[in-house]
Amino acid sequence: MSAPLLSVEGITVDLPTPRGPLRAVDGVDLTLAPGSTLGIVGESGCGKTMLSRAVLQLLPKRAKLGGRILFAGRDLVTLPAEELRRLRGPELAVVFQDPMTSLNPVLTIGTQIVETLQAHLGMDTAAATRRGVELLAAVGIPAPEQRLRQYPHQLSGGMRQRVAIAIALSCEPKLLIADEPTTALDVTVQAQILDLLAREQQRRHMALILITHDLGVVAGRTDEVAVMYAGRVVERAPTPRLFTRMRMPYTEALLAAIPKLDSPPHTPLPAIAGRPPDQTRPLKGCSFEPRCRYADERCRAAKPPLADPERLGGLFACWHPL
Amino acid sequence: MAVLELEGDVATAAPVGRQRRVGVLFIGSVAWIAVIGLAAIFAGWLPIQSPTDMDLLAKRAPLFSPGHILGTDHLGRDELSRLIYGGRVSLLVGLLAPVIGVIIGGCLGMVAGYFRGRLETFAVGGVDVLLAFPPLVFVLAVTAFMGQSVANITIVIGVLGIPAFTRVARAVTLTLSEREFVTAARALGATHSRILIRELLPNVALPLLAFFLLAVAVTIVVEGALSFLGLGVPPPTASWGSMIGEGRENLDIAPWLAFLPAGFMFLTVLAFNVIGDTLRALTDPRPGAL
Amino acid sequence: MTKFVGRRLVYLLPVLLAVTLLTFLVASLLPGDLATTILGDQATPEKVAALRAQMGLDLPIWQRYGIWLWDVLHGDLGRSFRTGETVWAAVTARLPVSLELMVSGVVLALVIAIPLAILCAVKSGTALDRFFTGLAFGKLSLPNYMVAILLIYLFAVELNWLPATGWVPFHEDPLANLKSFILPAVTIAFAEWPVLMRVLRSDMIATLQEDYIAMAKAKGLRPARILLVHALKPSSLTLVTVAGINIGRLIGGALIVETIFALPGIGRLLVGAIYARDFIILQGVVLFVAIGFVMVNFIVDMLYAVLDPRIRHGRA
Ligand SMILES: Nc1ncnc2c1ncn2[C@@H]1O[C@H](COP(=O)(O)OP(=O)(O)OP(=O)(O)O)[C@@H](O)[C@H]1O
Ligand code: SF4
Ligand SMILES: [Mg+2]
Repeated sequence: MSAPLLSVEGITVDLPTPRGPLRAVDGVDLTLAPGSTLGIVGESGCGKTMLSRAVLQLLPKRAKLGGRILFAGRDLVTLPAEELRRLRGPELAVVFQDPMTSLNPVLTIGTQIVETLQAHLGMDTAAATRRGVELLAAVGIPAPEQRLRQYPHQLSGGMRQRVAIAIALSCEPKLLIADEPTTALDVTVQAQILDLLAREQQRRHMALILITHDLGVVAGRTDEVAVMYAGRVVERAPTPRLFTRMRMPYTEALLAAIPKLDSPPHTPLPAIAGRPPDQTRPLKGCSFEPRCRYADERCRAAKPPLADPERLGGLFACWHPL
Repeated sequence: MAVLELEGDVATAAPVGRQRRVGVLFIGSVAWIAVIGLAAIFAGWLPIQSPTDMDLLAKRAPLFSPGHILGTDHLGRDELSRLIYGGRVSLLVGLLAPVIGVIIGGCLGMVAGYFRGRLETFAVGGVDVLLAFPPLVFVLAVTAFMGQSVANITIVIGVLGIPAFTRVARAVTLTLSEREFVTAARALGATHSRILIRELLPNVALPLLAFFLLAVAVTIVVEGALSFLGLGVPPPTASWGSMIGEGRENLDIAPWLAFLPAGFMFLTVLAFNVIGDTLRALTDPRPGAL
Repeated sequence: MTKFVGRRLVYLLPVLLAVTLLTFLVASLLPGDLATTILGDQATPEKVAALRAQMGLDLPIWQRYGIWLWDVLHGDLGRSFRTGETVWAAVTARLPVSLELMVSGVVLALVIAIPLAILCAVKSGTALDRFFTGLAFGKLSLPNYMVAILLIYLFAVELNWLPATGWVPFHEDPLANLKSFILPAVTIAFAEWPVLMRVLRSDMIATLQEDYIAMAKAKGLRPARILLVHALKPSSLTLVTVAGINIGRLIGGALIVETIFALPGIGRLLVGAIYARDFIILQGVVLFVAIGFVMVNFIVDMLYAVLDPRIRHGRA
C-alpha cells in the first residue's frame, strides 16, 4: 500500500450542551490511500458529520477537537489558516448532506462556481465561466449556460446536488468527502447522484469518503467500510470482507435494516430496536450493550477495544463477535 | 453591560461569570428605579427646598454650594429639588402612558392573532397606517392644540404606543395559537373567550410586560423631548426635559445644569431598558422574534 | 418581478388613502377654529361665519374631506394663511436641508454599524463583542437631544471647532455648509448606529451558522469574500428594513436635531407650524411626510427583491 493520503489519529470532538459536554466523536483512527474509497456508515446522530467536519476543520466554533489529522503529510489541526484555505478546493473538497442549504440562496450558480475557480486557479472571469459550463455539463446538467445565470431556488434538489458536486470537483481535489449526499433527495435521484460520484472518483483517481446511514449504498461503491456507533468506529474492514463475514452485532443489525428492493412497497423499515445512547452520559461498557441481544456482564463492565484479535484483516470492537 | 448577549447568541450556554454580571446590572437598575421612584413619591416630605423658590442671590450656584448641594439653575432654583420633582413628571407619564397601549394594543393584537382572517388584515393595515405618521409631530401637534397638561401628554403618547403593542401581542399570539395546549383546548370544545383569557393571556402577559418596560423607557424619552422643546408640562413645574432645555442655554457657563438632568434621565431610561430587556430575553429566546 | 411590484402597488393604494383620511381627520378634529385663528379673537361672529362659509368650513366633514382630497390629488396642498406660502413651496424649499441631514446621518451610521456588526458577529461571545454590544445597548438609552448637547458642549463650547447652530446654504459657501452639517449629522448617526448594528449583528450570527457559509469555507475562499459576499448580503434584509424605516422617519422626524442646530428643514417647518397654529401647513406637511414614509417603505420592499432572488421570483 502506498503512503496514506489521509490519516486520522485519535480524533475526539466535544460539543458543549446545556447538559454538559457531548462527546460526538470518541477516539477515531482512520487511514485512506490516494484514489481509494472509504464508506462511513452509522445511524443518525452517531457522529459521522462531526467526524467529517473535524477532518475539514469546519467544526462549530465552540467544539473542542483532540487528536491529529494528517493530510498529505501536514497536520490540518495545527496548519495556519491561510495554508488551510489554499488546501481547501484544490486538495480537499466536500459535498454536504442538504443541497437546499449548502448553496448560497442570494448568489447565482455561476458566481458560486466561478469564485472557486478564481480563488485557486487564478482564472479570469471568461475562462472560469467557460470552465464552469464544462463542469456543469460533466455532472449532467442540461443547458449549463442558462443554469449559470440562475439562483439555487430555481433548481430541483437533484440539480442542486449536481451543482454542489461540480463545485467540489472544480479544482480537481485529491480527497472528496461526501456527507450523505443523497439523504435529502428523491429515491429516484439517489442512485444517479451516487453513480455520478463513483464515475468522477474513478476518472480523476480521487480519494472519496462516502458517508451514509445505509449499508446498501456502500456495498458496491467502496473499497473499505467503517461502521460508527455512538462516536466510535466499531467495525472496519475491506468492503467485500465486511459483507461476507461481519463480526459486530451492530453491523448485523444495520444490515438487517436495509430496505430490500424486492419487498412489497410500504413495508415498514425494520429499524433497529431501541435508541442510541445519550452521549453526554457515556456508558462504562460497550455503548451498544442496551440494544444488543448478545450482551452479558462483560459487555456492561468494560468497553471492547477496536482490534483484530484473529489477524484476518478486519477490525471490530466486540467481546462476543458473531 | 452584558445583558445584550442574551439577545444574540442563544445557543451558547452562558458561562457562570457572565450570568452574574447580568444580575448585578439588573439589581442596580431595580435599585436606581426604587430610589428615584421613592424620592418622587415622597418629595413633599423630604428635607429639600421648594423646586420653584428662586434664590436670586445665588443664580447658577456651582455644585456643593452651601444650602444647594447640586447648585442652582439660572433662576436660582435648587437643582436637587428640581431633579426630584422633575422625576415625578417623567415617571408619572412614563408609567401611565404605556398602560393605554398595553390594554388596547394588547387586546387588539391578541384578537387579531387568534382569529386571523379579515380582522387581522384590518389590524395590520391599521398599524401600517398609524406607523406612517411621525410620532413626535403627532404628540407635539395634539399637545399644542389641546393644552399642555400631564393628562393630555399621557393620553397622546399612550395612544401612539398602541400599534407597537398590537404588533407584539399579535406576534406572540400567532405562535402560541399553533401550540398543542391551544389546539387541545379547542378540541375539548373550549369557547374562544375561554381560550383567549385562560390559555393565551397568561402566556402573552409576560412578553407584554417586558415590552411595557421598554415602552416606559421610550415614553420617558419622548416626554423629555416634548419638555425640551417647551411643549411639555408648562413651567414653572420642573421636568428633566425642560431642565435640559434650559441648561442648553447655559452650556458655556454652567454645563452641569444640562448634564445633571441628562444623567438622571439617562440612568432611569437605561434602568428600564435593562429590566425590560432581561425580561424579554427570558420570555423569548429567539433573537429578533418580535 | 412585475407581478411582485404590482402586488405591492395594490397594497399601497388603500394605505395611502387611509393616510390622507387620518391626516385630515386629526387636523380637523384638533380644537380651535381656523376662521377664528385667521381673523383673531376680536372678529365679529358675522365675519367669522362669512369666512367659514367662504372657506367651506361649514360643510359636513366628509364633504370637506372630498374637496380637500380632490385638491390634494391635483397637487394643491393648501396655502399658509399667515405667510401666504403654499405648502408645496414650503416643503420643497426645506426638503434639501432635511435630505442632506438624513442622508449624511444614515450613511455615517451605516459606516459605523456595518463593520462593527461584522466584527461582533465574527467574534461573537468574546469580550470585544460584549463591549460593543454593551455600548450599543447603553446608547439606546441616550436620546438624541442629550447627544446633541454633549456634542455642542465638546466641539462648539469647549474646543470651538464647529458652529453650535446655524446653517449656510451650499451654494453660498460649500465648506461652511458642510461644517454646519457635521454636528447634526453625527447626532443622527449616533442615534441610528446602535439599532442598525444590533439587527445586522444578530442576523449575521445566524447566517454564519448556515451550511452555505461552511461550504464557502470548504471552497477555500478568502475570509473577506466569505464575510462580505456570502454572509453580508443574505444578512442585510432586516438592516435594509430598519434603515429604510428610519430614513422614512427622519424626513420629518429629525425635528429635534433640526431645532437644536437651527437647520431650516422639514422638521423645523413642522415645529414652526405647531407654535404658530398654522393648520394648513401642519396638515399639508404631515401628509407629505406620511406619504414619503409609505413610499420609502415601498422602495425598501423593492430593495428586498434586489437582495433576495427568492422574493423576486415570488417564492417567499
Ligand atoms: N451544534 C451542535 N451542538 C451540540 N450537539 C450537536 C451539534 N451538532 C450535532 N450535535 C450532536 O452530535 C452528535 C453527532 O452528530 P452528527 O451530526 O455528527 O451525527 P450524524 O451521524 O451526522 O447524523 P445524521 O445522519 O443525522 O446526519 C449527535 O448526538 C448530535 O446530537
Ligand atoms: S460487546 Fe457485547 S454488547 Fe457490545 S456489541 Fe459485542 S456482544 Fe453486544
Ligand atoms: Mg450528518
